[in-house]
Amino acid sequence: MNDEIIVNDSELVEPPVVHADRRPSEWLMTIREAWHMRRTKIGVAIFAFIVALAVVGPWIAPYSPTQFVAPPYASPAPPKMWLGSDYIGHDVLTRVFYGGRTVILLSLAATLIGLGLGVSLGLITGYARRWIDESIMRILDVVLAFPQIVLALLFVSILGPRLWLIVLMVGISHAPRIARVARAATLEVAQRDFVRAAEAFGVPRWKILFNEIMPSITSPLLVEFGLRLTYSIGLIAALSFLGFGMQPPAADWGLMINENRLGIIIQPWPVVVPVLLIGVLTIGTNLIADGLGRALIGIERDTGVG
Amino acid sequence: MPPLLKLILMRIGLGILTLFLVSIVVFAATQALPGDTAQAILGKEAVNKARYEALRQQLGLNRPMVQQYAGWLGGVVRLDFGNSLVQDEPVTKLLARRVENSFVLVAIAALISIPVSLLLGSLTALRRDTKFDISVSIGSLGLASLPEFVIGIVLMLLFATQLFHWLPATSPVSPVLPISQQLELFILPALTLTLAVAPYITRILRASTIEVLESEYVMMARLKGLPERLVLNRHALPNALAPALQVTALNLAWLAGGVVVVEYLFGFPGIGSALVDSVANRDMPMVQAICLLIASVYVLANLTADILTILVSPRLRTGLR
Repeated sequence: MNDEIIVNDSELVEPPVVHADRRPSEWLMTIREAWHMRRTKIGVAIFAFIVALAVVGPWIAPYSPTQFVAPPYASPAPPKMWLGSDYIGHDVLTRVFYGGRTVILLSLAATLIGLGLGVSLGLITGYARRWIDESIMRILDVVLAFPQIVLALLFVSILGPRLWLIVLMVGISHAPRIARVARAATLEVAQRDFVRAAEAFGVPRWKILFNEIMPSITSPLLVEFGLRLTYSIGLIAALSFLGFGMQPPAADWGLMINENRLGIIIQPWPVVVPVLLIGVLTIGTNLIADGLGRALIGIERDTGVG
Repeated sequence: MPPLLKLILMRIGLGILTLFLVSIVVFAATQALPGDTAQAILGKEAVNKARYEALRQQLGLNRPMVQQYAGWLGGVVRLDFGNSLVQDEPVTKLLARRVENSFVLVAIAALISIPVSLLLGSLTALRRDTKFDISVSIGSLGLASLPEFVIGIVLMLLFATQLFHWLPATSPVSPVLPISQQLELFILPALTLTLAVAPYITRILRASTIEVLESEYVMMARLKGLPERLVLNRHALPNALAPALQVTALNLAWLAGGVVVVEYLFGFPGIGSALVDSVANRDMPMVQAICLLIASVYVLANLTADILTILVSPRLRTGLR
């Protein structure tokens, strides 16, 4: 990667051998290792299937998601309405085809926000002076004291059910949890020789943080990404289910469950299908996270690091 | 001061600090509202400037922020959260029975999920890579991925509406009857919470038990030639007790948040469904009271677990951190 930077900065003639114990792109190794496991392959297959469904869905949907095609809660009538109609007479299959995009996109956005915030805070607290570390960790403790959904609801009660707010709050609620992982990894990496060497050569601390430490903690963050994505999907869908996420007439799996749950006895499909798809999707992402986690543990054991 | 006592006192101080900061966040929540409480109470009548000003005066909204916070916190300590904006009654009175309902619900879920996950977590770790371990691990991995509402709806379809009609699909717990007479209304929500939290806890416990079993001091004990029973009882289990306590705290903390979606799903009249309603109505005194309650449960559960951990774990007792 940026192996030259230290040399340029340290004004030394001979490049110090500071990268001797950094393995070539650790995260690639983790992915390769994880891919050998069956659970990872199943997880990736599930995730790919649901994403494909969400991407292609709108093109193969038989109707428009807001078109009234039948009386409310009509039973399935193939080949025109495979899954029947919902509480106001939309075609359920059509809305299932449309409803995955928002769930996946919003969850990805929330996870990336959480990862960005959490990694920054983790790097800083793991490598900063004691009082900075202490004060940031105390603030994160406060965020941690609220269960994730409660934190989101507290802010929805102030600013109203805004989509950006929900994504942001889910991301923020991930941040302290990710920060803990990033901090632990940073603390460990900061002890290694190549960081010590860079410090000895007087490389500025922020440069060490970005050029030396960050590339070395990507593997645990990869695992975190999978795990937090799983929780994001659950949280985003739950917030829509509670009525604070996507708003009618949008087609969204979480919202569909909320809209149609009172008719569950006469017409279960508009609830059952989104519930199953969300469930399968979270199992898929969690299988990927688990595969990556196991790969990471295996690599750490083999190399004696960690 | 003995170092152990110092450690515990520091932990308590930290807990109090966190609770204090949490209360500031929750208080600040209302201050960020567009308009103020007087406006929220009066609604459209707020155009009547005289009434609006009078009510502001009465509610003390003209005082400086710090004074308002102190007044509010003083009320909170005496369990006075003010009146609900929707139903003009004290929040404490409106929440009393709901707190009781949620408490019973969480207690049932905790009483089932804690022993089950402790047992499964330690057994799978001890019988690692056997068929038992693999099947429990796969099952718990699958269940732990699922959001609570997915588990709840599947249970509802299975046991209430579609397959079997054994249990009520909704849980309208009556406020006039005693809880003991309507326990069947608690079964599905409690089962949902149990199935959502137990697998998650089982997985954490399995990992931490394996970590203890593979640790150097357990290896050392084995190398000394101690019988396996003694290795487990003297060296492994005391150190595995700490994770067990942490796990119990995690469990309770998780349940405090898990009730929100599950209560809403089953129409169960507890603090979780009250939070959803109050957020929809922007009934800030109710939202504040419930958020503060849930956050306190979380902080206190963790605090208790940490103190007990300090007391039971040999590594910490001997001053190693």
